[in-house]
Amino acid sequence: MMDPITLLTVVVLAVFVGFEVVSKVTSKLHTPLMSGANAIHGIILVGAIIVAGQADDPWLLTVALIAVVLATANLVGGFVVTDRMLEMFGSRKPARRGAGTGEDGK
Amino acid sequence: MSVLGPGWTSLFYLVAAVCFILALKGLSSPRTARRGNAIGAAGALVAVVTVFLSAKLENIPLILAAIAVGSAVAVPVARRVQMTQMPQLVALFNGVGGGAAALVAVLELGHSGDPWVRLAVVFTMLVGAVSFAGSAVTVGKLQELISTRPLLFPGLPVVMGAVVLGAVAAGVLVIVTGAVGWAVALLVLGLVAGLLLVLPVGGADVPIVISLLNAFTGLAVAASGIVLGNVLLLVAGTLVGASGTILTKVMASAMGRGVTGIMFGAFRGGSTAGSTVQSDRPVRSSSPEDVAVQLGYAQRVVIVPGYGLAVAQGQHTIAELAIALAARGVEVVFAIHPVAGRMPGHMNVLLAEANVPYEALKELEEANPEFPNTDIALIVGANDVVNPAAKSTPGAPIYGMPILEVAQAGQVVFLKRSMRPGFAGIENELLFDPKTTLLFGDAKDSLTRVLGAVKAL
Repeated sequence: MMDPITLLTVVVLAVFVGFEVVSKVTSKLHTPLMSGANAIHGIILVGAIIVAGQADDPWLLTVALIAVVLATANLVGGFVVTDRMLEMFGSRKPARRGAGTGEDGK
Repeated sequence: MSVLGPGWTSLFYLVAAVCFILALKGLSSPRTARRGNAIGAAGALVAVVTVFLSAKLENIPLILAAIAVGSAVAVPVARRVQMTQMPQLVALFNGVGGGAAALVAVLELGHSGDPWVRLAVVFTMLVGAVSFAGSAVTVGKLQELISTRPLLFPGLPVVMGAVVLGAVAAGVLVIVTGAVGWAVALLVLGLVAGLLLVLPVGGADVPIVISLLNAFTGLAVAASGIVLGNVLLLVAGTLVGASGTILTKVMASAMGRGVTGIMFGAFRGGSTAGSTVQSDRPVRSSSPEDVAVQLGYAQRVVIVPGYGLAVAQGQHTIAELAIALAARGVEVVFAIHPVAGRMPGHMNVLLAEANVPYEALKELEEANPEFPNTDIALIVGANDVVNPAAKSTPGAPIYGMPILEVAQAGQVVFLKRSMRPGFAGIENELLFDPKTTLLFGDAKDSLTRVLGAVKAL
């Protein structure tokens, strides 16, 4: 197990970052933001892969593989559906999107 | 494979964590949102590749097959889902994430002797299971597979108390004995607690619950990071937990509600159960043709879309109506309440899908000062978000909620299914105002008929 104080430091800093990044969000984007945050916790896939890779009996392996399937659905599906929503937000304001593309290019 | 040493592994996980922070930050502004989401996806890819290259893994072909199955199921659904059903899908993905975290924790129980790690195992299992079951109920309510009305039975608080005590007891036994049997019992109790927590929540509050369960899954994933000694899971989970909590609070205050009131209101009896009592006071009802004349000869029309429009899937028809009116020289804007639709921000997504121009969408703060210069406020499938009781009646359940002040417009037209009050279960005095007319019927049908009549003017 990791050093408890290091863990606590990481947690406290992550809490503040989490509070900061979404505290001023526009209500227009609440749905995509929720969906995007939802995709991020799909990273439990990493944990599911680790337990599946260490499973040494068929029963444990089966449960672990179910976890991999569920986590993948969360992670991949979450990012895809968020992108689909945001694509529509982009397409109805061509002028703004043009400006965004310019920034991407630099 | 162990291609990457611990140093490189930590470094790549750090990169992934930074990507997630940038993703959340990007998502908070329309200009950067799509790029932010892409950065988040890239971070996830980095993390998954890193775990394959760093950990000693068996069963790699099977794991890859499971990833392929998960993607093959999720991607087509994510691509094809209708925008009106977005809240269900978000809840569904959230639930499976919580379920995955709970399963990971159960499997790691055998590898953890340290009581603190076992405590993290217990937390992950319990919160993951609550999130899984709770999300399943929210999907059922949103899909109307189960009643959207709060489901209550006598003795619910007692049963809930017993389940919570049982879960605590099972949790302590897991920590002390490390036995898988108690862990399974804990999972089952967690699932029951999730059901009992969400079943009593009314349909209008379900979106807040999705956001709260999203934060729960984040916390479960964070705890699984402690279980597995993986800092990335800890950071990503904590980020989502913290941001989800803030988002839940922001949304609840946009509805003028407290989060605890939503979650436990039903237990205390102060629930949001909408009254079904119909008023028999006289109202002025109108025909589609009359509404078309009112709209067609106005100078400025503000459309207030609400939950009813989303349910009737009338967003494309209302977009067409706006175009038809604009073609006649009428200035048309949409005033969007923060909680319009079936999920906060949902109406913006629906109208984006219907290609309503961005400039035509006004948020509450922008829209309210313009109502006095507006000839007609057209309210489609909304009620509580325009109910003046939020300002005038201190005892009302929605008192204090910011509303769209449509009463200041010259005339008010409601398209409503019936005289039933909104979810808050209170009458809307505006319906009986002399300058208000009502057109009864399904929002999409009414809009189609009004649209036809406008085109015939």
